[in-house]
Amino acid sequence: MTKDECKQVVLDIIADIAPDEDLSNVKPEVRLRDQLQLDSMDFLDIVMELRKRHSIEVPEADYQHLASLDSCAEYLTPKFIALAAKG
Amino acid sequence: MNTRSHYDVAIIGAGMSGLAAGIRLAHFGKKVCIFERHNATGGLNSFYSISGRKFDVGLHALTNFVRPGVKGTPLTKLLRQLRIDRAEFALCEQKQSRVVFGPNAETSLRFTNDFAVFENEIVTQFPKEIDGFRALVVAIKTYDDVSLDVAPISARAVVRTHIRNALLEDMLFCPVMYYGSAQEHDMEFGQFVIMFKALFLEGFARPFDGVRVILRVLLEKYRQAGGERRMKCGVRKISAHEGRATALILDTGEEITATHIISSIGAPETERLIGVATDATPLEAGRLSFVETISILNCQPAALGWGSDTIVFFNDSSRFDYACPTNALDTRSGVICLPNNFDYGDDRELSEGIFRVTCLARYDQWAPLAEESYQAQKIRCFAEVQRSARRFMPAVSDAVLAGATITTDMFTPRTITKFSGHIGGAIYGAPVKHRQGRTPLENVYLCGTDQGFLGIIGAMLSGISMANLHILQKN
Repeated sequence: MTKDECKQVVLDIIADIAPDEDLSNVKPEVRLRDQLQLDSMDFLDIVMELRKRHSIEVPEADYQHLASLDSCAEYLTPKFIALAAKG
Repeated sequence: MNTRSHYDVAIIGAGMSGLAAGIRLAHFGKKVCIFERHNATGGLNSFYSISGRKFDVGLHALTNFVRPGVKGTPLTKLLRQLRIDRAEFALCEQKQSRVVFGPNAETSLRFTNDFAVFENEIVTQFPKEIDGFRALVVAIKTYDDVSLDVAPISARAVVRTHIRNALLEDMLFCPVMYYGSAQEHDMEFGQFVIMFKALFLEGFARPFDGVRVILRVLLEKYRQAGGERRMKCGVRKISAHEGRATALILDTGEEITATHIISSIGAPETERLIGVATDATPLEAGRLSFVETISILNCQPAALGWGSDTIVFFNDSSRFDYACPTNALDTRSGVICLPNNFDYGDDRELSEGIFRVTCLARYDQWAPLAEESYQAQKIRCFAEVQRSARRFMPAVSDAVLAGATITTDMFTPRTITKFSGHIGGAIYGAPVKHRQGRTPLENVYLCGTDQGFLGIIGAMLSGISMANLHILQKN
């Protein structure tokens, strides 16, 4: 799993939970909240879809790492790699 | 433990809130079962058939309507949370609605899904109040109405700080109260804010085929997500041990276990299942109940001159008195709904005309009646309700209306209790709401009417919020 692939995983989830958002120009370094209309309910869904689809656990204390696509990739890519190594 | 009948979550009641909670939980892999005493889903917002004709109960209009592209409102949140494409509801907007007050319908405020129309009406008819009205709207828009822990304040008191004219004050409260208040005379301001936004700042819409479209979508999502459902299967008792629910006892005597229980049946009703400690005061049940008359017409209402209004909120008295009547019925105020007058497009219309009128009613004047007296009272009250409502509509002679009427039906406080299980026919549940959905048992939560998000969209958001707060966020 590369960081770009990881960003795509997050974008795919957002596309499903917020189909009314335009995701064609999401800037990876900018906070998702600042460019998309996502509220705390939507962020909870990103976390839960990560668990449901990819068995990735994000504890509540780590939600801050999901702020932007870049920070998602930094935080989640090692988790994906670790999971792949185990499986 | 019998693992066959153990669920992660058992939900009591297959109304809008229970179904919405069920969809969320099943979608995220919980083993969920909804137990419903009735043979129909929808609870308060349901429908029934008499000789092949379908009658909606509850829903006049879906409130909280916003057009595609408007984000951050309850409708948008709901669609996202339940993964529903808004096209599935196929909502059609209202034409216009009115609030009409006075013994001769002297004052009328028109509103549509465009808030500027309503604001203009205030400018024209209450010019001295427009600044106060605008300040009130700012206060409403900036109020955090979905917060789960705020101190209750009186909506009447807040509104009076902005609006001095008692007529206008009552005209603002009438629709808001009729569409969701479980409290007499006044409302908690947070509840007022939710309803004001839902009715005036957002708006009214309806699927062409009525409430069953919404129920069909919810049921299909729930089924696809793997949720189970047991109909004609009421819950008689919740057994508890040391502050935790241990089992549900069904009407059949069957015992079900669940890690969590979500009850949508109301706070006092849930308390009855749990049983009240001998030293505790039981929760107060609501007192507000309604009758509704339904006339099926052989023409579109427009043919009678009733083609403009979708919903009309009326009151004939000097003050608007939202309270449990002293008699069986209070026809001084009420709500008229003409489901034909949504904008279904140029090429289709409902096959028959429908004229519905809702008025306040008193449960204990209906509940104990023997069948014959009950039917006689229905006939008498039907005539009274229609006579009162027609004062606020363009004139149609008795003979013309009777000639156009194919059939009629009427629901009463007794019907509400039959469909919803609410004590005392309390349509909007108990006056005191429980925003956090807590009960005396740590693994039993409330959702729906008594959690306090109002309207049909509010009911669904309530189920979603409680499933999120108590179950999905926890693990």
